[in-house]
Amino acid sequence: MTSNAVALSERRLGKFGDKYFAGRPQQVLLRNWLSFKSSAWIAVVSGFLEPVLYLLSFGYGIGELVGNISTPGGDISYAAYIAPGLLATSAMNGAMLDSTWNVFFKLNESRLYKAMLATSLGPLDVALGEIAWALMRGGLYATAFTIIIAGLGLVTSWWAILAIPAAIIVAFGFASFGMAITSFMKSHHQMNFFEIFLLPMFLFSGAFYPLTVFPGWAQAIIKALPLRQAIELVTRAMNGEFGINILVNFTYFLVMICVGLFFTTKRLNALFMK
Amino acid sequence: MTEMLIQARGLTKTYGDFVAVDGIDFDVAKGESFGFLGPNGAGKSTTMRIIGATSVRTSGTLTILGKDPEVNGPQIRAHLGVVPQQDNLDNELTVSENIFIYGRYFGLSSSFINKKIPELLEFAQLEEKKDTKVEALSGGMKRRLTIARSLVSEPDILMLDEPTTGLDPQARHILWDRLFRLKEQGVTLLITTHYMDEAEQLCDRLIVMDRGKIMAEDSPAQLIKTYSTKEVLEVRFGSDRNQEMVEVLRPLADRIEVLPDRILLYATDGEQLLEQITAKGIHPNTSLVRRSSLEDVFLRLTGRSLVE
Repeated sequence: MTSNAVALSERRLGKFGDKYFAGRPQQVLLRNWLSFKSSAWIAVVSGFLEPVLYLLSFGYGIGELVGNISTPGGDISYAAYIAPGLLATSAMNGAMLDSTWNVFFKLNESRLYKAMLATSLGPLDVALGEIAWALMRGGLYATAFTIIIAGLGLVTSWWAILAIPAAIIVAFGFASFGMAITSFMKSHHQMNFFEIFLLPMFLFSGAFYPLTVFPGWAQAIIKALPLRQAIELVTRAMNGEFGINILVNFTYFLVMICVGLFFTTKRLNALFMK
Repeated sequence: MTEMLIQARGLTKTYGDFVAVDGIDFDVAKGESFGFLGPNGAGKSTTMRIIGATSVRTSGTLTILGKDPEVNGPQIRAHLGVVPQQDNLDNELTVSENIFIYGRYFGLSSSFINKKIPELLEFAQLEEKKDTKVEALSGGMKRRLTIARSLVSEPDILMLDEPTTGLDPQARHILWDRLFRLKEQGVTLLITTHYMDEAEQLCDRLIVMDRGKIMAEDSPAQLIKTYSTKEVLEVRFGSDRNQEMVEVLRPLADRIEVLPDRILLYATDGEQLLEQITAKGIHPNTSLVRRSSLEDVFLRLTGRSLVE
């Protein structure tokens, strides 16, 4: 009488959060992989291209006018100066692409989450699976970007390899937060909020110039923004600066990840278990 | 004694001031095909969602296979196959991928699911479409795939919310045939519908719902016997004259219902009643004698039509 599916659903019974988590977020990842396999690869490439184009045009174009930049570690080219910031941006873009518009579509148009949550999966499985997928894209972009800047001779030390785990943490934070905010969005209209927020954040977070050009109060605001935190985390990891500062950046993302996951799960539950 | 798979007592669901389900009681036995008949907004879909553990009841008790959906949501969902009113197939995947990933959501092994896929495709008559993207399927095919997909976990109860709404007559009949087969295999079916013919075809027993309440509960045949006459005579005099004819006809029939376009006269023998009417020199524009249906039961119970 008891079917296979029932026995499987009873495994997590009595464990923490058993109503919200079946322990199968990987099936949500698998679903995305099946869908991705047959989808247009061009969408993946286009999302990745943006920071690469910035690197080439600004790094080598404006870099020609700017000349070398002096840093505590010595003089570096302008392209090398902006590379970590663009790497962080690349991770952010990758994560945000999946966790915002794609999630919005699955929530509101394709009713995919509704189908998932009619099975024995829980909202935390869906949240974790989707966020993991988004962060994988962010991680992929960041890895490819690291390879490109290494190929262009813009990295000077082996610490640069740490840019990849740093970028994955960044992507995790943005994916988690992005999905949480998306789950509260009711229309395409509201989704434009992300563009309004992301573009200025990209331009003013000091990827292209030091924050010291701004007055103190503006610097304080920028430092509180996630992209600034991401740039600092990636730059410090690439330079091998391990101190209290990088710990603060890391903690910032840890909080972002947890808060995002919490609200995404709560919201999915409210939307589909009402 | 028959085993009760579902027991609801005083089941209530409110959204703010709106009472969607108003203290209903019902039992569903194992192997039974149980229907919820009522117009849109009667509370059928809400009841289904509560049973499906994707909606939380406001009050009352509900037991599904001995479990409470409030406590054991995921475990109850593992027992169920859900076919929602609006298809929520995965449009980006192929037909067989849809079944595959749905089984994976339940945690079933790939080898188990892959063994089941050909069997389910055959059931849904979609073998030739197995590698087609779902987007390209017709409405009837999509519905059959949704049913096949819901069967991958070998559910104890299959829940179908308005299974044939939006399908053409041929697609409906194919679907009914498939559901009959499941019934024969002993799958317990829960069906909501606002089509009386569907309820008559598929349901062993049903509850008639209106505005969140149960108006009647029985087998389709027994409901007709209790709440209607054997036959119905439908007469039309044209929309202007219908109303004035009502008073003339009222004494002749057991019961009379006036619809916007026609008058329904309830009698044991419809032909005989028609003869009586014509003998009085009354000649309707058109007349039709038919058996009583659940539509008549609903009309009697609520004073309204099912499909408006």
